[in-house]
Amino acid sequence: MNTFSYTFLIPILPLLMFLFIGLTGHKFKPIVSGVIGTVSLGIVTLLSYATAIQYFWGVGKIDEVFQTIIPYNYTWLQFWGNFKISMGILLDPISVMMLVVVSTVSFMVHIYSIGYMKGDGGFSRFFSFLSLFSFSMLGLVLATNIFQMYIFWELVGVSSFLLIGYYYEKPSAVAASKKAFIVTRFADFGFLIGILILSFYTGTFDFGVLTNPETTPVASMTGITFMGVSVVSWAMILIFAGGAGKSAMFPLHIWLPDAMEGPTPVSALIHAATMVVAGVYLVARMFVVYHFYAPGVQELIGYVGGFTSLFAAIIAITQFDIKRVLAFSTLSQIGYMMLALGVSGYGAEHGVGYMASMFHLFTHAMFKALLFLGAGSVIHAVHSNYMYDMGGLRKYMPITHITFLIATLTIAGVPFLSGFFSKDEILVAAFEHNKLLFAIEFLVAGITAFYMFRLYFNVFWGEDKHYHHTPHESPLVMTIPLMILAFGAIFAGYLPFAHMISPDKTPMHLHLHWNIAIPSVLIGLAGIALAWVLYKKKNPIPDKLASAFGTFYTTVYHKFYIDEIYLFVTHKILFNMVSRPVAWFDRHIVDGTMNGVAFIVTTSSNKIKGLQSGQLQQYAAVFIAGALGLVLLGIYFLQ
Amino acid sequence: MSHTIPLHYFLIVSTLMFFTGVAGFIIRRNLITILMSVELMLNSVNINFVAFNRYLYPDQMQGHFFTLFIVAIAAAEAAVAIALIINIYRKFNSIEVDHVDEMKY
Repeated sequence: MNTFSYTFLIPILPLLMFLFIGLTGHKFKPIVSGVIGTVSLGIVTLLSYATAIQYFWGVGKIDEVFQTIIPYNYTWLQFWGNFKISMGILLDPISVMMLVVVSTVSFMVHIYSIGYMKGDGGFSRFFSFLSLFSFSMLGLVLATNIFQMYIFWELVGVSSFLLIGYYYEKPSAVAASKKAFIVTRFADFGFLIGILILSFYTGTFDFGVLTNPETTPVASMTGITFMGVSVVSWAMILIFAGGAGKSAMFPLHIWLPDAMEGPTPVSALIHAATMVVAGVYLVARMFVVYHFYAPGVQELIGYVGGFTSLFAAIIAITQFDIKRVLAFSTLSQIGYMMLALGVSGYGAEHGVGYMASMFHLFTHAMFKALLFLGAGSVIHAVHSNYMYDMGGLRKYMPITHITFLIATLTIAGVPFLSGFFSKDEILVAAFEHNKLLFAIEFLVAGITAFYMFRLYFNVFWGEDKHYHHTPHESPLVMTIPLMILAFGAIFAGYLPFAHMISPDKTPMHLHLHWNIAIPSVLIGLAGIALAWVLYKKKNPIPDKLASAFGTFYTTVYHKFYIDEIYLFVTHKILFNMVSRPVAWFDRHIVDGTMNGVAFIVTTSSNKIKGLQSGQLQQYAAVFIAGALGLVLLGIYFLQ
Repeated sequence: MSHTIPLHYFLIVSTLMFFTGVAGFIIRRNLITILMSVELMLNSVNINFVAFNRYLYPDQMQGHFFTLFIVAIAAAEAAVAIALIINIYRKFNSIEVDHVDEMKY
């Protein structure tokens, strides 16, 4: 045993809670399920912090290099020799960092849900699903090999499906959960094929072997091509497809806005802070392979991230459902992280993009969870998702207002809050490697500030709307997580990330680049100022602008009709051209043959069944006639 | 052995008896009569056994043994058959064979 032997409790506790609450939850008062789920997650959080402290400031670093520590690794499925699937726990800088993110946000969401879901009929069911999700996500983060990651990857997909469809009486929630499941499952199919290609050529699933830059067996794959592209690129592009599905990168982003049908704490936990960054985490895990053996794919990742961030930011401006605005903002921010990985180098100070991506993942988890939980608090108070039903709420909900403002300032990149530092690092990395992507990100920084403050002003300023009852501040059980996350959103940026995370696991020494930071802050402030002018007081300019842009505005409002394109492709083309003819063939030709055979047998047996009359003497007569016939035949032939 | 009856006399008698039995079995409706027809067929076979034994292997006894054996079995079989007929009568109130036709399609 070793110093990290307690880490096995981190994924196991939520699993046990899932089983316990799921199987026995109905026997207690609902609040009991909530409390024990929360307490166990609290223990997991403490263990994660202990792991992080012990790893980063204790035994993790030897000779200025962070070590990969594997406290547990059991062979789960042995194929031959070293080719096996293991289940284990892997600790390295990014997995420990993710442990902290996942457990913190999950713990906050658990506390918050006790208040938010109070009185809901499925209270214990909700908490058992939350535990299942926490288990799967922690298992994904700690995976020692790509197949273990795939298994937990599917598990988070299932828990996401269950939680989006939590309000299963609502048809829209059911449709959204199906959509999320089908789209991500489609992407995971690519992931699986990618894993198979990679393991076929390298003979291993193990991250430690695959991502060791000196000895990786991926080197043996170079030179093998398929359709003019090397198989490494094929494998890595398919693996990225899985990551793009989970992280909702264009064009597989369509499920994420709809996933907001789930309860708001779920949106905060799964669809903002943890599960949707699994794709980023996956790319970061395989970063060595991407960087050295599939540089083209790495570049593609950068462009996909950049495009998604711009695309989603533009859509976010026009949306009125506050959760959808936040969903598109999530897409945009994950685009940032992907882009940062796409432009990152390797070794010494070149790894800034990689570090920035993980840094942004960390700070984003804090402020986006805070934004979602704040939005949940607002929705809880006014019983509507739409910002035209809100206004002037700052008077009624002071804590929600202040914490939401902090988060909004953070995402807008206002100096000395956490988002400022992480976004600055991403911009630095982009500036050094690709000026076009830098320009996109620079623009998106301004758009982000604008649409976030549009949301903020619309909800908390302006005039009061007609409320059914006076909105009131949420209970403490909901506002305390808000305050804790606000604390995280302010101070997470002061963690010495560059000293902890880098692609080659050696600490970097970075400092702020004011030549990039100042312009990005200025464009952020410009966005805020524009939002101030347009939305602080009610005025007709936004409507005028909307009608001035006319078609463009409607196109953006309808999310560039991407959903409609998908529907067109699936319904009109796939269903009509392929599925219906195939279904016709199945019903008429395949089934027809079978039915025809059955019909012939039935009718002919109906015709001859009278032979079995039950009349003994008839049988005897036939029998004797037959016997005589045989005798006659015998006589005839034997002569 | 020129004064003895030739073999085919016996065979003709037994054949006539056998086909009388067959005809009775098929034509008659009364179960008792059918049972009697079966006995006729059995006994025609007995005649064959004895006759062949006498004419082909006069120094051996198997044919006689078989005949005695068949007579004994026929007695047992008659007992079983009559028990069956009594049960059929109880169920169908008749021993006409064409009334007993439940085992059909």
